[in-house]
Order: sequence, then structure tokens, then C-alpha cells
Amino acid sequence: MTIAPPVVRTAPPGSNNAGGSGSVSWMAWPALIAFTLFGVVPLLGVLVLSFSSWTGQTTDIPFSGLDSWRTVLADPDLPHALWVTFLIMALSWLVQTPLSILIGVFLAARHRYRAVLAVLYFIPLLLSQAAISITYKALLDPNFGLGAGLGFPFLQQDWLGDGTLALGVVVFVVSWQFIPFHSLIYQGGVRQIPASMYEAAQIDGAGRIRQFFSITLPQLKYTIITSSTLMVVGSLTFFDLIWVLTAGGPGGATQALAVDMYQRGFKANLMGPASAIAVILVLVGLLLALGLRRLGGRDQADSQLEGA
Amino acid sequence: MATMLDSRTPAPVAEKPPVKARRRINPLQWNVAGGLAGWLWLAIVVVPIYWIAVTSLKLQDDYYDANPLALPTDPTLENYRFVLESDFARYFTNSVIVTVGSVGPAVLVSFMAAYAIIRGGAGSRFLRTVNGLFLMGLAIPLQAVIIPIYLIIIRIQMYDTLGAIILPSLAFAIPLSVLVLGNFIRDVPKELFESMRMDGATEWGTLWRLAFPLTRPALVTVTIYQGLTVWNGFVLPLILTQSPEQRTLPLALWEFQGQYSVNIPAVLAAVVLTTLPILTLYVIGRRQLLSGLTAGFGK
Repeated sequence: MTIAPPVVRTAPPGSNNAGGSGSVSWMAWPALIAFTLFGVVPLLGVLVLSFSSWTGQTTDIPFSGLDSWRTVLADPDLPHALWVTFLIMALSWLVQTPLSILIGVFLAARHRYRAVLAVLYFIPLLLSQAAISITYKALLDPNFGLGAGLGFPFLQQDWLGDGTLALGVVVFVVSWQFIPFHSLIYQGGVRQIPASMYEAAQIDGAGRIRQFFSITLPQLKYTIITSSTLMVVGSLTFFDLIWVLTAGGPGGATQALAVDMYQRGFKANLMGPASAIAVILVLVGLLLALGLRRLGGRDQADSQLEGA
Repeated sequence: MATMLDSRTPAPVAEKPPVKARRRINPLQWNVAGGLAGWLWLAIVVVPIYWIAVTSLKLQDDYYDANPLALPTDPTLENYRFVLESDFARYFTNSVIVTVGSVGPAVLVSFMAAYAIIRGGAGSRFLRTVNGLFLMGLAIPLQAVIIPIYLIIIRIQMYDTLGAIILPSLAFAIPLSVLVLGNFIRDVPKELFESMRMDGATEWGTLWRLAFPLTRPALVTVTIYQGLTVWNGFVLPLILTQSPEQRTLPLALWEFQGQYSVNIPAVLAAVVLTTLPILTLYVIGRRQLLSGLTAGFGK
């Protein structure tokens, strides 16, 4: 996972006397070269490749102008993939945010038993998305899964065979893995709220629920923005999970942008259109990150980080 | 109140909960909604994990007969033997090579870059530009640039080698590592740098003798976070390798599941085996691991 660049402040002007910057500059070169080769060059490369009709099978790359873009933009699969991506993003945000806040607040209180619960909560974060998806695929199997064995008709549905259900499963599995992460962020946020605010509220006779809505939530504003940015931008890149769980199916019901890109590029050997989709993926991600950042107020860029 | 349970863990000093004790009773204690969510979530997390564990100890035939959540009447390690015989030792070795080979160098070069940016950033336009580049890099999703990476790997004739996974993993670990390490190097008091300089230390010497020991916790945190990311990586091995000999664990797991999808106990034993190293690490260094997971967002 990546994203939501918090601002790094470079050293204040006062440290100018640090023995001449020339003597340290060389230390940045190895990282710069490595990142340029496999980060910056590919980013430019994906734009270049979107104007090609490379198949991925040969080493020569024929250029074909705007053909790939015309193909992609005229293809009804693109709005569909955007819609699926949006649905997964919106639904997983709606499921994760309230639960993460609740659990984060719950974990913020310093109790031994809650610390023990936290140890268990975080296990899903450690597992690979491949392992998690494989587990759920087995668990939800209508014939051999948990539902079949327990005999609960509700659990016995063909979870991954029905479009709507499959999308729900993707959202559930995403939440299963990432709620602990966001709870951890909220736990940190809640612990930074000054206790005096709650004391003052108690003196004023505010109840628990009132305190939550009048103190906790507003104080968590920047934490919510940080967490939401990570959720929203991160959801664009769900690939492992969807690919292993449903491979975009059934009937394209979970064909999000990243899956669409993979299928066009590496299954259909159409690297040009796949690159065009990758460019769209980058642009959507940047727009969302910038938009959410603006929501937090640009001048507050630093406290976004500190709120986390 | 916490000390009663503490006797179980003859743990290091850090185990003590910070501050607290004299603290006024926290109003967060009576949190009905949070409590409900907390316990419900516990069930949602624990039931699948429990199911994985018990099922992996059952024989395929027994699995279909009995209640899937019941403890195995006749626990067996047969599934684990089967998985290990499917060349998992090799995949494990591959995963170790890829993780160590990419995260080690990545953290080293990131540490040097972070040091340079913090020490020289004020007086050098070059270093500020480099810093800006890494910040931008945080926003590049790996999936979106996988096609050109594939092209580069083919061109440098590294397709289907472990190196093909190592190089991009290394590069993509750099931006966040520089950010987090930079935040910590900045906290080193200026006077210490100044006195090193007075003593005639070079910047290279200062990096190792001053910045390195003082930022060691951050280095551990960053290493763990990046290690976990690379260990669990799926996209790079999927796209940049082909032959079974070059598979890493997540990819091998996926292939294994494709091959034996009906043998659920065996698939789950494979899941357990691929995650066991991380779980062991979690038991040993839980705190470091958790702070590693929020690296860059918490500090």
C-alpha cells in the first residue's frame, strides 16, 4: 500500500552550516538511481506505451498513435470497470470507517483485556491477500465450505457465483483485512485527544454519546481524512485479492480497473489499451488523493500527519 | 490492575503499559457500542482463523463427514507432509531470498538518502528535488506501472529470475522508507551533529556513528514493514516469473490451490505454512511489528 504523501519538511535554513551540502549529496544517489529506474521511468513508460500496440510477446514496440485510447474510451467495459471500482471503494469505505472508529475508540482505553483482543485483531493484517482470498474461497465454497458443513442455509449460498454476492464478498474480505489497520490509526488518534476535554464535558453534564459526537469525532477529523485517503486510494489497487477470489467474475461483476488492466495486458496481450487503463488508474488516484487533501485544508497538511 | 495478568509474561521492561496507573478513570471505559463492535469483530476474525487451524489437521475424508468447526477427532499432520512434499521448501527459500535481497539494500540506500536530505536539504536544490521525487513516488501504485516494469525486466534479460522480483520491490520500498527515516533523523539534536563535526568526523562517519544508533528503532520498524510487504507480494512474482522454480510463497499458494482446490485441508495447511514465519515473528516482536504497520502514518 502507498499513498497520501504527508509533507516532509526539509531541514530548516538554520542548519546551513552542516559542512557543505556537497559532501552529503552523493548519499542520495543510490536510492535515486534505483527509484528512477523502476519507479519514475515506468511511470513515464506507461504513458508512452499507451500510444503503442505492443503485444508483450515481442521485443519490438509498434506505435499506433491514439488507437489504444480510442479503443479503451469507446469500450463499454471501461465505464463498467470504473463503476465496479467505485462501488468497491464506496462500500468498503462505508463498512470500514464506522467500524474502525468504534473499534479504535474501544482499543484506545488502556485495558489489559483490550490489549489482548488487539493482538488477535491484527492477525489478518499480517497475512498475504493471496492467503486470505484462498481461505475465503474455500470457506465460502457452497459444497465444501463452512456453510455446507454447518448446514446454515444462509451461509450455503453460491457466494462467488452470483455477481452481487461476489461484490459483497470482496468488500467483506477487504474489510476483514484492513479494519485492524484503520482501527490502529484511530486508536492513536483517540489517544491524542486531551483528557481535559472529556473532563470539561462531564462537568457540563454531557453524556457518553454526546461526548462521542461533540468531542471524539470532531477531534478525529484529520485522522478520518488520513484513514479515508488510504482506504480510497488503496482500493484502486486491489488486485491480488480480487484476482484470487473471483478473477473479475462472475460475468465481470468484480472487474475493477486493476483487474481489467491485467486481463487486457497479460491475458489478451493488448499492452497498449492496458497501459491506457493504467494511466487512468494513476490519474484517478492522484485526483482522489488531492481532493481528499483539499477537504482537510491544505494549510493543515502537517497536522494530518500528526493526527494519525 | 494490569499487573495481575502480567506474571504470565516475564517480558522486557517495555511491556509495562505507559503512563496510566494514576490516571483518572477514562470515560472510554463504558463504551457499549464500541464493546459490541469489539467483541463481534473478535468473532469475525477468530472464527476463520480457528477454522483454518482445525481443518488443516483433518484428513480430507473426515473433513466432509464432521462439523467443520469441531476439533479433529484424529488430528493428523498428513496435510502438512503433503504440502512440504510439493516443493514448499524451495518456495520458502525463494521468498527469503527475495525479501532479504530487496529490503536489506532498500533500507540501506533509503537511510543514506534520508540522511542526505535532512542534512543537506536546506542548502541543496538537488536534494530538495530528490525529496520531492520520493514524495511523488508514494502516490505511484505498483500495479499501474507493472507493464513498463515487465518490459524493462525483459529487456535486461531478467525475466523469470528472482532478481526480476527483487529490483522493483527494492525500488518501491524506497519512498516510504526515506520519508519515515527522515522524520526520525530530523529528531536527532543538532548539537550532536555539530559536535561530531567539531571532532572532525566525516558525514559518512556521522551517518554510522551518530544517526544509525539513534534511529535504530525506526530502522527496525521500516525493515519489518517493507519485509512484510515483499513477503506477501503477489503481483510481481505473478507477472515477472513463469517457471515453478522461481515461485515465491504467495504465488505458490495460489498455484497449489488451483491444483488441489477440492482438497481443502491441504490448501489450508499450505496457508498455515506460508504464514507461520510471519506469525512467529508477530509473537516475538509484536510491538515492533505493529508500529511497523503504521510506519509513516504514526511516527
